[in-house]
Amino acid sequence: MTAEPRVYELNLESDLKNVEAADEMSRRASSTAGFDEDDRQRIEMAVHESLINAIWHGNKNDASKHVWVKFEIFADRLEVRVRDQGNGFDPTNIPNPLAEENLLSISGRGIFLIKSFMDDFRVEKAAGGGTEVTMIKRVVSKPKST
Amino acid sequence: MSMKASTRQVNSVTVIDVSGRITLGEGCAQLRQLIRDHLSKGNKHILVNLGDVSYIDSSGIGELVSAYTAVSNQGGQLKLLNLTKKVHDLLQITKLYTVFDVRDDEAEAISSFQKPAQA
Ligand SMILES: Nc1ncnc2c1ncn2[C@@H]1O[C@H](COP(=O)(O)OP(=O)(O)O)[C@@H](O)[C@H]1O
Ligand SMILES: [Mg+2]
Repeated sequence: MTAEPRVYELNLESDLKNVEAADEMSRRASSTAGFDEDDRQRIEMAVHESLINAIWHGNKNDASKHVWVKFEIFADRLEVRVRDQGNGFDPTNIPNPLAEENLLSISGRGIFLIKSFMDDFRVEKAAGGGTEVTMIKRVVSKPKST
Repeated sequence: MSMKASTRQVNSVTVIDVSGRITLGEGCAQLRQLIRDHLSKGNKHILVNLGDVSYIDSSGIGELVSAYTAVSNQGGQLKLLNLTKKVHDLLQITKLYTVFDVRDDEAEAISSFQKPAQA
């Protein structure tokens, strides 16, 4: 055993048909990291939503722009980074999808789901331009019921 | 793997059996068109059976909400049948579980649409 994380990486063109490739890699990474089925599904959904946002909002569907996805598997956690070539956004400044007036909105639930499903979520300017979203999920041993 | 949908008519109720993935793109577009077609034919009692849905993303959730709103605006009713645990949990955390009329027994769901002619 080494302290080095196992790394899976993808470099994708901004096309929605590439989202499934990331979904698949997410399932592989999360099972290698030791998550149970429920958590694997949560991680897959978070990665999926983040990727769609990178393609759609970040790269504005411009197929000449790329999205990079990186999974790093540590002993105690999985870190996922999704980087696009867009201008970024302020995640503290998006409408709350649970607010009464937004409940029947047809969009605006992606970031909320990512935050619900992952332990850590942040958005930063990527070195070299673009935006990088980082999501972390910790492997926790379930508390034993008494 | 994408979305598949087939339609059955049970009494006054249009049952749409959906399977596969309801995700941004084809899956969502297909569902939207289907609902639109039924509404234009005057089918306003719609029961969407999600029992074989393997995956739904935030766009798929949005599409269900949009279908619900479209049917309600036409004076109809849209209900959901047979949620998997995954879809159930998603509707819970997005607070939509209480918005939708969710059923797990088809026969009861069908009869819940019948207008009470006499009380
Ligand atoms: N990678 C991104 N680049 C730029 N803006 C983004 C990005 N991801 C999210 N956003 C912004 O945050 C908002 C909320 O995203 P989300 O919760 O996924 O809802 P939706 O995608 O349905 O609009 C988006 O409408 C967009 O304005
Ligand atoms: Mg989104």
